[in-house]
Amino acid sequence: MVELNLPKNSRVQDGKSWPEPDGARIKEFRVYRWNPDDGKNPQVDTYKIDLDKCGPMVLDAIIKIKDEQDPSLTFRRSCREGICGSCAMNIDGTNTLACTKAIEDVNGPVKIYPLPHMEVVKDLVPDLTNFYAQHRSIEPWLQTTTAEPEREWLQSSEDREKIDGLYECILCACCSTSCPSYWWNGDRYLGPAVLLQAYRWLIDSRDEFTGDRLDNIEDPFRLYRCHTIMNCAKACPKGLNPAKAIAGIKKMLVERRV
Amino acid sequence: MTLRTPLNKVRLYGSARSGTDHFWHQRLTSIANIPLTIFLLWLVIPLSGASHAEVVTNIKHPLIAFGLIAVIISFTWHMRLGMQVIIEDYVHSDGRKLMLVVVNNLFCSMIALMSIFAILKISFGA
Repeated sequence: MVELNLPKNSRVQDGKSWPEPDGARIKEFRVYRWNPDDGKNPQVDTYKIDLDKCGPMVLDAIIKIKDEQDPSLTFRRSCREGICGSCAMNIDGTNTLACTKAIEDVNGPVKIYPLPHMEVVKDLVPDLTNFYAQHRSIEPWLQTTTAEPEREWLQSSEDREKIDGLYECILCACCSTSCPSYWWNGDRYLGPAVLLQAYRWLIDSRDEFTGDRLDNIEDPFRLYRCHTIMNCAKACPKGLNPAKAIAGIKKMLVERRV
Repeated sequence: MTLRTPLNKVRLYGSARSGTDHFWHQRLTSIANIPLTIFLLWLVIPLSGASHAEVVTNIKHPLIAFGLIAVIISFTWHMRLGMQVIIEDYVHSDGRKLMLVVVNNLFCSMIALMSIFAILKISFGA
């Protein structure tokens, strides 16, 4: 059955409070810390930052913390402009990208946790192995049997427009890890991000394997664990709507049999 | 500790190639349940406080009996589908899940059969 309480060794405790710097605009950051090597429970460390000496985004703040206060703080980041999806984490109770979340938008202390309900590798780094394997399982590339044309596969403007709102997905996993169905059944349910990616290939007019793709996804667990809870659409830092894409898949599956 | 690859775990036994009927029937029964609920309220509310004989006379009417049987089939079918979703969502041990799905099917079927039998008995009774 579903476990509602954390096991004893996972309960989060108060951690270290780092000294407050001088400055007029001090902001508090409470950051989840867990190190697999020290055998301790997870803890929440408190850092204070002078906003006049820090960039505007949450990522700027945690990079500043790592550079100037605590080099052991561990997180993923790369592009710092919302296109790589590396710095996805739970900030102020919502999964989002640290690089596009403004510190100003958070009232009170900025609480930062790793993406929910994933195994933690260290601090803010979740283990996304299963997530990536699920993405691999939907074969996210163009598949055809017709001989390849000399130039590119052609597509009408109308058909190209159908991919808008889908191709922008950066696979940050904010949506999947905000979905209760993915929390309870993440081993079998593909989750909103992967299903949105699946729909991106299902709806692509150039792909010749739509039926096989639908076969591969038509499953009570892979697809039908989605109950349109809509956390995915609320969390998506790119403003996409995975729930709508999943509804599109369900519609295709009904249409091919009635 | 498992030595299976992540893709092996995700692919597992492959797709069940089912679930669409379950999803579609759940939608159809939920739409059917709207007029059927209105019908049931229309029938039951005026009968509150009525005598046993009056209720029996009402149910004996062929159209009422037909409507009530439709209510029972649609409601119990919807109940079976919905309960199965809850079991699949929250029960993770395979043995217990299978047992609960079986119990759910038996329970809903029994409710449906017993209710339909009761209506037919009243309807065709002397």
